Amino acid sequence: MVVRTEDDQALDRIFHALADGTRRDIVTRVVRQEQSVSELAHRYAMSFAAVQKHVAVLERAALVTKERRGKQQIVHGQLRTVRRAAQLLDQYEELWRQRADRIGNILAEDT
Amino acid sequence: MTVISTEKDLDALTLTLVAEFEADVEAVWQVWEDPRKLERWWGPPTWPATFERHEFVARGQTRYYMTGPDGDKAHGWWAIVAIDAPRRLELDDGFADENGEPDQSPAMRMVVTLDRTAPGTRMTVVTTFVSVQQLEKNVEMGMEEGMRLALGQIDALLTDA
Repeated sequence: MVVRTEDDQALDRIFHALADGTRRDIVTRVVRQEQSVSELAHRYAMSFAAVQKHVAVLERAALVTKERRGKQQIVHGQLRTVRRAAQLLDQYEELWRQRADRIGNILAEDT
Repeated sequence: MTVISTEKDLDALTLTLVAEFEADVEAVWQVWEDPRKLERWWGPPTWPATFERHEFVARGQTRYYMTGPDGDKAHGWWAIVAIDAPRRLELDDGFADENGEPDQSPAMRMVVTLDRTAPGTRMTVVTTFVSVQQLEKNVEMGMEEGMRLALGQIDALLTDA
């Protein structure tokens, strides 16, 4: 059996977090440059609380970190986590490339 | 030669693979329909697949397992969602428990289309993931093969030197 790990759960959180358009947008912004939660809240047609909730989901998935600076909450992007998700898709892609090669071989043998 | 392009969409969690084969559409359809052919390509050489049940009709069920290098078995299932031979196949692919019955983890959806081209057949496979465990598990099994290939390359380097 392939053992389920903590890692799987972490990845689940990453993909869940990235499944939402606003959250993807937030990640893209804060990876480029840190932003405060109130700065982010200005950019979206939703309440401060709603934006804060999105940030909390991203924080649990380790896609962003939050730091208190005076009255401001500053959000930083965690590029490493984004890369981890991309890496997993890369590996799956490689798996299918190998499958296609094997299909090619079968077809070449049979004709 | 198999010409391939792939496109990954990290946001939508899909992988689109396009491969071209110098074989007619019917022959390519056979590698999906014939379980003995399917077994020759579905699993990597280190995790070969055995298809015990393969009902290649709409709402048909498939049961298979892949056997790892240590003899470990990973069971899987397909449920055929729609089928239009020999052009289009839509199925759900999921993991199963040790008895071969679907476990609670969500399946991933695969849509396969075959198009006639000048050299033969273009095969497009779009996979949509809903579960990361599924993706991870598939990757883990495929990785064994990747590792073996990488080690083989190191061997070759050492032999050359």
